[in-house]
Amino acid sequence: MPVDRLLLRMGGESGTDNVISAGDVLTLSVARSGYHVHTFRTYPAEIKGGPVMFQLRVGVQPVPSLGDQLDVPVAFNQEAWDLQHADLRPDGTLVYDPAMQGVPEGFKGAAYGVPLDELARDLNLRKGKNLIGLGALSALFGFDFNELQATVKEKFGARPEFAESNRMALLAGFEWVRKNITGDIPLRLVPPHPREGSALVMSGNQAIVAAALAAGCRFFAGYPITPASDIMEELAKRLPKMGGAVFQTEDEIAAISAVVGASIGGVRAMTATSGPGFSLMQEMLGLATMAEVPLVVVDAQRAGPSTGMPTKMEQGDLNIALYGAHGDAPRIVLAPRSVEDCFYQTMHAFNLAETYQMPVILLSDQSLSHRTETLTMPDPDLVPVAYRLRPSSDAQEYRRYALTENAISPMGVPGFDPTPYTATGLEHDETGEPNYTPAMHTAQMDKRGVKFERVAEFLCELEPPLGCQACGALEETAEVGVLTWGSTAGAAREAVEELAAEGYPVAALIPAVINPLPASRVRYFAQNLKAVLVPEVNRSGQFADWVKAHMGIPFPEGDLRDTQRSGNELPLISLNKYGGLPFTPGEIRAKVMEFLVKAPTGARRSEAGRGADRRKEAIHG
Amino acid sequence: MANLVAQAYKSKVKPTWCPGCGDYGVLAALYPALARLELDPARTMIVSGIGCSSRLPFFVKTYGFQTAHGRVLPVAMGVKIANPELTVIAVGGDGDGFSIGGGHLVHAVRRNPDITYVVMDNQVYGLTKGQTSPTSPLGMKTKSTPYGSADTPINPMAWVLASGVSFAARGFSGDPKTLIDLIAAAIQHPGFAFVQTMSPCPTFNNTYDQWRGKVESLPADHNPEDRLQAMAQAIREDAIPLGVFYRQARPTLESHTRVTDHPAKGDATAGFDVRGLLESYR
Repeated sequence: MPVDRLLLRMGGESGTDNVISAGDVLTLSVARSGYHVHTFRTYPAEIKGGPVMFQLRVGVQPVPSLGDQLDVPVAFNQEAWDLQHADLRPDGTLVYDPAMQGVPEGFKGAAYGVPLDELARDLNLRKGKNLIGLGALSALFGFDFNELQATVKEKFGARPEFAESNRMALLAGFEWVRKNITGDIPLRLVPPHPREGSALVMSGNQAIVAAALAAGCRFFAGYPITPASDIMEELAKRLPKMGGAVFQTEDEIAAISAVVGASIGGVRAMTATSGPGFSLMQEMLGLATMAEVPLVVVDAQRAGPSTGMPTKMEQGDLNIALYGAHGDAPRIVLAPRSVEDCFYQTMHAFNLAETYQMPVILLSDQSLSHRTETLTMPDPDLVPVAYRLRPSSDAQEYRRYALTENAISPMGVPGFDPTPYTATGLEHDETGEPNYTPAMHTAQMDKRGVKFERVAEFLCELEPPLGCQACGALEETAEVGVLTWGSTAGAAREAVEELAAEGYPVAALIPAVINPLPASRVRYFAQNLKAVLVPEVNRSGQFADWVKAHMGIPFPEGDLRDTQRSGNELPLISLNKYGGLPFTPGEIRAKVMEFLVKAPTGARRSEAGRGADRRKEAIHG
Repeated sequence: MANLVAQAYKSKVKPTWCPGCGDYGVLAALYPALARLELDPARTMIVSGIGCSSRLPFFVKTYGFQTAHGRVLPVAMGVKIANPELTVIAVGGDGDGFSIGGGHLVHAVRRNPDITYVVMDNQVYGLTKGQTSPTSPLGMKTKSTPYGSADTPINPMAWVLASGVSFAARGFSGDPKTLIDLIAAAIQHPGFAFVQTMSPCPTFNNTYDQWRGKVESLPADHNPEDRLQAMAQAIREDAIPLGVFYRQARPTLESHTRVTDHPAKGDATAGFDVRGLLESYR
């Protein structure tokens, strides 16, 4: 049966079967041959030992999520099979090594025993099992073998001795299948659509790095932490060659402190961390709000609380991102929704930080950090590169914290602007001098607050990739909505688009800017829905709470007066998952179905742009 | 004349310290030190933490940044790496630098940024009105140690020497004239220059008389290139030696880690085509 998507999972022993490196090279080669990919991987926190799994979902259309049912398990050992068979579809295709395990009892799909271990021994390749497996997969499922060979050569070393043994291993697996397995393979991927050039294959962390460099970030300080470390490692390779600097500090407090210092010194600056480090950074983030210092913090969330599960995914840091520092300290929070979005939101983060002179937090997570996806070449010109407002050269009486009409005041750059001032975490007057009077505290609180609120003013107008993503049925006719954030977007999109294609009145809305929330856009989305499902990977429903907090605000004059409900009666229903794994589309689909009253009424997919004008009119009067 | 020039570094902000505070002496030494080196206020930044002494940046007409409690050194290092042409001076107290920020000191010392760090050591918490500090003597009665401090005090000079500091000096706020020389020498030193200034708190720990009786210059034959000699002077208990304990030339942090593509020099992104980088992911 030809299929247009295939979910393949390789499992083995960490440190011996080299499952991840095999998976990465297979991913790149199938992407190069024209398919779309979406990968997912699990690994133990230990360096060596324990089960490791690499999942490749490959399709002729874009693949937004990790998917549900496993089509093809590739088991390098018995444990890999034991861990995976629960997800296997009944008519799936098992690829296994007969020396390690037999065909499980009761398995009804197709099973192909490929003697990986024996072939490796014949070739005297101690570690070649993974490549023999890739060769076999290529023959079984029709992945372009030439592309695979070329990619292996490129990624695993062109040194003659490696190149030859790698070539032999791939070929051994490929030819063994050709010789010993005949007949049609039940699940066979249809050929890819012809495309102009191959797509990019990147992880979320790689996209963040590229975007930071594009946005002009030239300083990074950080402390190693899973799953954010490779942002620092990648920048450590690149920044020094382009006039920038990476500073590995003694802890996360020093990292954020150095970032604050670098930014005060005039350089666009960033740090990246995960929950435990982000907790340590809170006080300095408050200082950045108070002293109006632009900076970007990436929090690659992992399962918490405390040390939690460093290699597992969770969306549990929304509350600390929103409310973390003491005092009334507004800061912008963005949440990328895909690998491609990691690029755009990181650029947006720098743009907002520099324009509004405040910290911006980018809430990524473990699954987004390390999964790879195909993406078309992002357009960096979609996000202007901003730099802080500087004093004009004829500034007579320079006041760093001047109470201006738009609440943004010029920020002198030491060494470049002849306008010395002293920044401080104390409340201050317009010049920066400490000032505790009620009038000045009120005025400066307003300055910081208004600046932040100005971001909210244009948020609802933003179109993707920076603004809210909308998909599924037309919002005006939908019955059930899915409202989510961050990397849960992929599974939500897939579930909703599928349901809408089947004719179900289901729509989804996924904002990228979480603080300030594009509240009137969310309210418009939710106003006529019977149920609004909020899936998120945490237990307490942090995003659902955040949305509820905004729904009581009255609508602006002149719109949506005729709605039956008042805003705070929106039927938000939390769907929470908190085992350390991302949502699958099937889980969201199943929950949506519970709230669907009507049967499908024929396809009502929203066309691009349709409804957008009506929406704008309704939101903005 | 020199005095007049020193006046030029004075800001309009009046110090908030108690009458008789040792920090006045440090400030009085800092102005002429800046003047002697003819430092451009627009190319100089004074960074501090939190505490009485950390108010100092407001009183000087250079760029300044009063950060959070204990974070003066990592912030100052960020400034220096990002903007290596700046003269960066870090200031603060013993609580700020040796207690809440103590973990940062040893790392600043080993990295050797070209930063001068002036610690005003009064052996007490002044801003919070009189609790024990990491340099309070054993048995010292304070509001938080009414029965006497039970903790052995830190010896800051021995600590930085043991950590590999490249310049270490000690001054006394009661002797601003010597302090001018020490601060100027510290700023001129290419590397991390630690200046412990004994700066009494007349309100909560009045040690003027006691310290006046104990301070003395380092021996005339003291060799500041000799770390062992420096350490021997640092651990003396019979006296509080003043002067340059130790100096050593070694590479600075910003000699290898620095930003040259500073956006204020032009468009920082102009020379970088992200598409080229993205292409490598095909």
